[in-house]
Amino acid sequence: MPMGTFLWTTLGAFLTLCIFSFLYRDNPLYKFAEHLMVGVSAGYFVILLWHNGLVPNLFSFLSDGHFYFLWLDAKSWWYIFPAVLGVMMWTRFSRKWAWISRWPIAIYIGIGTGITIPLVMRTSINLQLYASIRKAIDWGNFFGSGYLDSTAGYSQALIFVGVIAALFYFFFSKEHTGLFNGVAKFGIGILMIGFGASFGYTVMGRISLFVQRIQAIGNWTATSWHATSSYLIIWILIIGIFVVLSIYEFIQYMNRRGAAQSGS
Amino acid sequence: MKRQVPLMLVFTLALVMIVQYFVPNDFSLDTNEFLLKWIIIIGIFAMALGIWSLIRVSYEKIRRRVPGWQYPIATLLGLAAMIVFGFDYGRHFYTQEGLENYMFIHLFQYIIIPIQATMFSLLAFYIASAAYRAFRARSVLATVLLLAALIVMLRFNPYLGTFGVYLEKTTSWLLNVPNLAAKRAIIIGLGLGAVATALKVMLGIERAYLGRD
Repeated sequence: MPMGTFLWTTLGAFLTLCIFSFLYRDNPLYKFAEHLMVGVSAGYFVILLWHNGLVPNLFSFLSDGHFYFLWLDAKSWWYIFPAVLGVMMWTRFSRKWAWISRWPIAIYIGIGTGITIPLVMRTSINLQLYASIRKAIDWGNFFGSGYLDSTAGYSQALIFVGVIAALFYFFFSKEHTGLFNGVAKFGIGILMIGFGASFGYTVMGRISLFVQRIQAIGNWTATSWHATSSYLIIWILIIGIFVVLSIYEFIQYMNRRGAAQSGS
Repeated sequence: MKRQVPLMLVFTLALVMIVQYFVPNDFSLDTNEFLLKWIIIIGIFAMALGIWSLIRVSYEKIRRRVPGWQYPIATLLGLAAMIVFGFDYGRHFYTQEGLENYMFIHLFQYIIIPIQATMFSLLAFYIASAAYRAFRARSVLATVLLLAALIVMLRFNPYLGTFGVYLEKTTSWLLNVPNLAAKRAIIIGLGLGAVATALKVMLGIERAYLGRD
């Protein structure tokens, strides 16, 4: 493995161990990695939004291919407006002129709201109801292929009944009594199975990530620059982190002791 | 001027976008595409506010030497490094060479990915302790939740042999049938809520976005 790659993978392994040190408790190594992550992520998104957002959607219409505005294409001068609106957002820095930033915010919210209403009506309500009702009664394939077949008629009927019952549970304009209460209780049962399954799925996803991080450290030790050296380095890393945490704890202990003594 | 113009803008533009959705001719599709670009551009300019805020807060912490003032140095250095490398040392503002810069790619691969993945994997430990507290079978519904979660978590267990096949099928059914029904009900509920909120914003009933005078 080239020296450069070895150093980069070592940095990755070090930061992984820094984050894992949080399992002990909050400590300077974790805080360092956390703050570094905030800065690097912010910088990453600045660059990504510049190159993939601002350049293709604004600058490419306003300039002749250079960063500076040499001339404005006759067809594209309209793009001055969103640029001016964007700059108007920055009036939030001034208390006196902050109200101007309401205009671009209002345009943003107006367009967003106008898009949301028909789109959500279609995707979150109409299509979901349609998908639930479409195969609700499927006598031809009612038993499907037998044991817990998701495509069988009984499963589709259960989806339909489950959706309606869960919606009953969320309906609070009527008191939950009698038959209504029974349907709502069935609905909460369906919701609980759904939450349990989602929870289990999420846990397994996190465990997979954990295994992947351990494997990344394992692969790093196995394939890096020199296997023996990297085993040595991982031990140096672990011992180094342990030493830093011990020093940190010792300083904290001394501070607490000093505070207690000065208090008494 | 300060409040009425924004309210009128919201109502008018929301109405234009709704009408546009139901009248999909060339002009309305072009308008839709153009206005979508507007919100992308305004959103990106707004992000500059966030970045400026991050720089100011970090700088203030360093300047005032508050406890832990050393950490924001890492934040500012990380931010500066990504911006310098992302523009390929200032050589490429307008073309995408910056995204292919060696340092930019490697800082992403060996700082962002490991930290992000490890942070999420840490949740495996905390989620396990949360599960212990939440999953105690105190009622029928809690037991149902517990059983569903256990089945899904045990499905890849290699020691279960033939039983594992049934577990796999049960998991698949649980995820595709009751879980789907629950998710759909929640999506429908959320959709109704989102439409109601959007209507309130459009009609000027909800004005929190205007802030205070």
